[in-house]
Amino acid sequence: MNGTTTPLLAGTGLRKTYGATPALVDATICVRAGEVLAVMGPSGSGKSTLLHCLAGIVAPDAGRIVYDGRELTAMSDRERSALRRREFGFVFQFGQLVPELTCLENVALPLRLDGLKRREAERRAAGWLDRLEVADVADKRPGEVSGGQGQRVAVARALVHQPRVVFADEPTGALDSLNGERVMRLLTRATREAGAAVVLVTHETRVAAYSDREIVVRDGTSHDAELVA
Amino acid sequence: MSIGQAFLGLLESHPRHGYDLKRAYDERFGQDRPLHYGQVYATLSRLLKNGLVEVDSIEPGEGPERKCYAITAAGVTDVERWLANPEKPDLYLQNTLYTKVVIALLTGRGAAEILDTQRAEHLRLMRDLTRRKTDGDLADQLICDYGLFHLEADLRWLELTAARLDELTREVRS
Ligand SMILES: Nc1ncnc2c1ncn2[C@@H]1O[C@H](COP(=O)(O)OP(=O)(O)OP(=O)(O)O)[C@@H](O)[C@H]1O
Ligand SMILES: [Mg+2]
Repeated sequence: MNGTTTPLLAGTGLRKTYGATPALVDATICVRAGEVLAVMGPSGSGKSTLLHCLAGIVAPDAGRIVYDGRELTAMSDRERSALRRREFGFVFQFGQLVPELTCLENVALPLRLDGLKRREAERRAAGWLDRLEVADVADKRPGEVSGGQGQRVAVARALVHQPRVVFADEPTGALDSLNGERVMRLLTRATREAGAAVVLVTHETRVAAYSDREIVVRDGTSHDAELVA
Repeated sequence: MSIGQAFLGLLESHPRHGYDLKRAYDERFGQDRPLHYGQVYATLSRLLKNGLVEVDSIEPGEGPERKCYAITAAGVTDVERWLANPEKPDLYLQNTLYTKVVIALLTGRGAAEILDTQRAEHLRLMRDLTRRKTDGDLADQLICDYGLFHLEADLRWLELTAARLDELTREVRS
């Protein structure tokens, strides 16, 4: 990465306190279009809080977040949730698929919510299941597939509406190494092909090794060398 | 790396010339470090002297590369013994990183930066190996994973040491 392109998403001076617990003290982070950024650091250092702030899920107490020239921190809740639905994708450690829907319906859901007709939504969803090498579980429910398959379905769902940023918080945390690597290989291949950026929270270095760059969060503090102009 | 036993293993299916052995070895086990011809012929002459290989045929001409080598019964026994015996695990107790950290603390310098710089360097190499693994076949994957798991172990040590730096500073400077 060179320092000449402006970042797609940047947070500066972020602070967030829960009661008496300082989760973020002074966090700075940026990610460029198409970049896979690993966010590392010890447990409790504030990685997930930082990801939630950047994604507009949690409002920081102080600091600024700018996405594609727009200030996230100044948007209304409605604008922010529309942005999240259209331009962001999410993968978490587990529990993100709707248990009553089939895997295909789960992946089609973001498109349906955006008003796309069922047939077209499911056609595109099937394509993503195929790319994530889980076409065979399309008609099963999440409870009927393995952890690794479920996680690849979740990745398909995070990518189906072609987001510009994918937020992944410990996406391989519940998987063994072989399945974790498979998820990482397919996730990064798919986002690189689509030109989407990834903010990847992980404490596993072998997972972080799939990134282009890393930042480290310690005691709620992070510095991003790319932002020091 | 036990070049001798690997040679014997490669000779077990059929006799080979020295250059053919080198090529087979480099292809499977050489990775970034192909054998020198000197190593190849030194290894072969040792195996020959110990009766583990014999010269199967000699083509007319000059130079060591005319000889074709075959494994002997003693050679087969040697490969079997080598495979059956576990390798001695490395102890890893001598380590430059630990020495650097302690020297930094003893001389009143910061050790946190040393650890941070090292982790970035380790992660850089892990990225290279990961890329190579992703583009490669199963053999590449297994070889790169071996390196990746060892680098990961180093990184865990770096992380743990970073978390204990205050304690270590007190101990070293007292
Ligand atoms: N919703 C919340 N309410 C209260 N405290 C919270 C909340 N979320 C996070 N915290 C606290 O903020 C700090 C940072 O938490 P965070 O979840 O961001 O850490 P993390 O780096 O993601 O840790 P881990 O690697 O264990 O997931 C912790 O002390 C945590 O207990
Ligand atoms: Mg977390």
